[in-house]
Amino acid sequence: MGLKILTEHINVPGIETLEVYRKHGGYRSVEKALKTMTPDEVVEEVKTSGLRGRGGAGFPTGMKWSFLAKPEGVPRYLVCNADESEPGTFKDRWFMEHNPHALIEGMITSSFALGANTSYIYIRGELLFVLRILEKAIAEAYAAGLLGKNILGSGYDLDLHVAPGGGAYICGEETALLESLEGKRGNPRNKPPFPAVKGLFQCPTVVNNVETISSVPWIVNNGGAEYAKIGVGRSTGTKLISASGNINNPGVYEIELGVPVEEFIYSDQYCGGIWKGKQLKAVVPGGSSVPILPANLILKTAAGEDRLMSYESLSDGGFVSGSMLGSGAFIVFDEDQCIVRNTWNYARFYHHESCGQCSPCREGTGWMEKVLHRIEYGHGHQQDIDLLVSVSKQIEGNTICPLGDAAAWPVASAIRHFRHEFEWHINNPKEATTPGAVYRGQFDTVTA
Amino acid sequence: MAKVTIDGIEIEVEDGTTILQAARKIGGKVVPPAMCYYGPLKGSGGKCRVCLVKVTQGSTRDPRPMPKLVASCITQVQDGMVVENTTNEEVLNARKGIVEMLLINHPLDCPVCDQAGECSLQDLSYEHGVSAQRYEEERRSFNKVDLGPYIQLHMTRCILCYRCVYTADQITEKRVHGVLGRGDAAEIGTYIENVIDNDFSGNVIDVCPVGALTDKTWRFKNRVWFTKPLDAHRDCPTCSGKVTLWTRGEEVLRVTARKDQYNEVEEFICNTCRFDKKEVSDWNIEGPRHIDRGSVISANHYELPVVNVPIVPNLPTSTKKNLPQE
Ligand SMILES: Cc1cc2nc3c(=O)[nH]c(=O)nc-3n(C[C@H](O)[C@H](O)[C@H](O)COP(=O)(O)O)c2cc1C
Ligand code: SF4
Ligand code: SF4
Ligand code: FES
Repeated sequence: MGLKILTEHINVPGIETLEVYRKHGGYRSVEKALKTMTPDEVVEEVKTSGLRGRGGAGFPTGMKWSFLAKPEGVPRYLVCNADESEPGTFKDRWFMEHNPHALIEGMITSSFALGANTSYIYIRGELLFVLRILEKAIAEAYAAGLLGKNILGSGYDLDLHVAPGGGAYICGEETALLESLEGKRGNPRNKPPFPAVKGLFQCPTVVNNVETISSVPWIVNNGGAEYAKIGVGRSTGTKLISASGNINNPGVYEIELGVPVEEFIYSDQYCGGIWKGKQLKAVVPGGSSVPILPANLILKTAAGEDRLMSYESLSDGGFVSGSMLGSGAFIVFDEDQCIVRNTWNYARFYHHESCGQCSPCREGTGWMEKVLHRIEYGHGHQQDIDLLVSVSKQIEGNTICPLGDAAAWPVASAIRHFRHEFEWHINNPKEATTPGAVYRGQFDTVTA
Repeated sequence: MAKVTIDGIEIEVEDGTTILQAARKIGGKVVPPAMCYYGPLKGSGGKCRVCLVKVTQGSTRDPRPMPKLVASCITQVQDGMVVENTTNEEVLNARKGIVEMLLINHPLDCPVCDQAGECSLQDLSYEHGVSAQRYEEERRSFNKVDLGPYIQLHMTRCILCYRCVYTADQITEKRVHGVLGRGDAAEIGTYIENVIDNDFSGNVIDVCPVGALTDKTWRFKNRVWFTKPLDAHRDCPTCSGKVTLWTRGEEVLRVTARKDQYNEVEEFICNTCRFDKKEVSDWNIEGPRHIDRGSVISANHYELPVVNVPIVPNLPTSTKKNLPQE
């Protein structure tokens, strides 16, 4: 078993209560940071740790924090992004449900580092039960003097609020999240200005993922340099992976970054191999928006080395033969899964979730979905495949926010690697639409 | 001040100017099209993506090109920036793609649309559209919506530029309409049927780049190219009273705000001027309105002194000699 930073005590009965959490070393980082460190020192430790944002983009957290503008007399905000709506991603929900105080502790140390006196946890509205858990834990923290005025006698004040959203994927995009938090329609904002300069209520704001924030206490307690020792290369520390699909042990795993993908899939410690001993067909390694990779490419990089569970290794080969670690949602497909159907299903999601602000995303996501739907139901034409590639290109890079890209990549990558499967669907509509039928021929694996 | 080069033409502009505004200072072909940006409206722009351009050099200080195409209407220039608009293949391809997207759910009912001849989407399709159709799926459709006595909404034509929403937000007291729904199911609407009713509501018609919001007092009365625009004013207690009258013979068929060559209004006008003052006697006529662009009328230049126009190209030399020379 690798080192556990976030989940060491997650199975301890009662860990969701302040008392048990504290008994297991909880809130030590608050004492340490607020009483013995300056905010800048905390930021420095986070920089040293090499921690990268766990929400998907993997941007270095310390660097993001150091961009925060600090004008006189203007409040600053820390907002925790607990929207978690990317299909396949369910790590934050599970983590908050079982270990709410870990997030609250992270919110306090991080808010202190950023000089924020009011912070928010923006949570997906459907997760009402998690919201209740968080509210209960926050009330406990207030009662214990860990939140509110003059925390632990340090002179630092912090108010923490939980805000439920309406349940839209786009409200996970940080600027749409801020709009929604301000009570408006969740449309992404044009950037610049970035939230670090003009965020919540036009004030400097940092938006971070649940897991990112929850990693800060360990860094404060043990030092950034210790954290940087874990992992591989610029992928430091541990990562929560939500594994799903045709595997024996679906669930959330905390891994040290750098575990070989093969080990992650087949070892009993993690996914435990493919369900019913079937063949591995493909993996979407980082949530539905990242490119899908066929079996051979998920196991080996372009250079033929073992692919590792890390930011760099999973993206090796760019979008031609690589993918992304993204939010760490590892979705496994066995030989019986239909790529066309899955691609249509993803497209359906992005079509439904586009905010509709910019024309390429508003119109393009629906277009792709409808064409894929036709192909899946046996009404495709040969030229539809090139049409899909072309439409995905018209969307990619031309939109206000990355949802457009998120919609385009799954389609483009599925065609790149599984073109034969689309062709088979189109050429053999009767066979392809028979329940349970799935293409078993060759894949077009691009290795360049 | 910042020096910026657009399609090879250099211009110096104030700091904080956007690429689009800098291009407009140069004028002509280098000006990117704009469907959602509207100068007089704060916060508009960035949505339609037709104004995307390539920044091949960020600035003198940081000469790296910008990785993606940028929306020229919201991107500020930097000293030494180099921008490509019509000279860049990638830009033209992207624009073609976006026009295709915009037309997916737009009915192209120009022959019966009141906006025909003044429609930004018409111009855009003419310049960047493709003749072949790749979309064979079912199209979005809506019923027409009455938004009160003056305005009718044809949602099928709307391209969701948000201009009318910003207008209502910024120049009227109470906004009752906005964008409902998401993605391609998004629509302009009044939550639970409402009437758009206040002194300045008519301006949403002027800002609409397509024929989605129409003036009920003008609908189907005429085609814009048959009318004659005149600048006129009246002493109005509510607005500046400076308008353009669109006339045919003695009849005032339509009243709008005065617009510049990019179809942006100079001053918003009130509903009384727009909808109720339809007699020539209501107005002090200033003279013909010169229309540069933004309307099919600009093609005719009827207001130029006729003597300067070489009317018949192939006249015998003897006759030509007698015509006044340019
Ligand atoms: C459409 C869309 C949805 C997103 N949803 C989430 C989300 O649910 N949770 C999250 O943490 N980040 C999400 N992100 C990424 C955020 O915009 C942002 O990058 C992230 O919250 C930053 O936190 P980090 O630096 O800690 O990763 C989303 C991005 C996009 C474009
Ligand atoms: S890319 Fe899609 S989701 Fe993002 S702003 Fe544009 S329409 Fe909205
Ligand atoms: S009705 Fe007109 S102005 Fe309003 S969003 Fe639609 S196209 Fe734009
Ligand atoms: S005019 Fe710039 S994006 Fe619409």
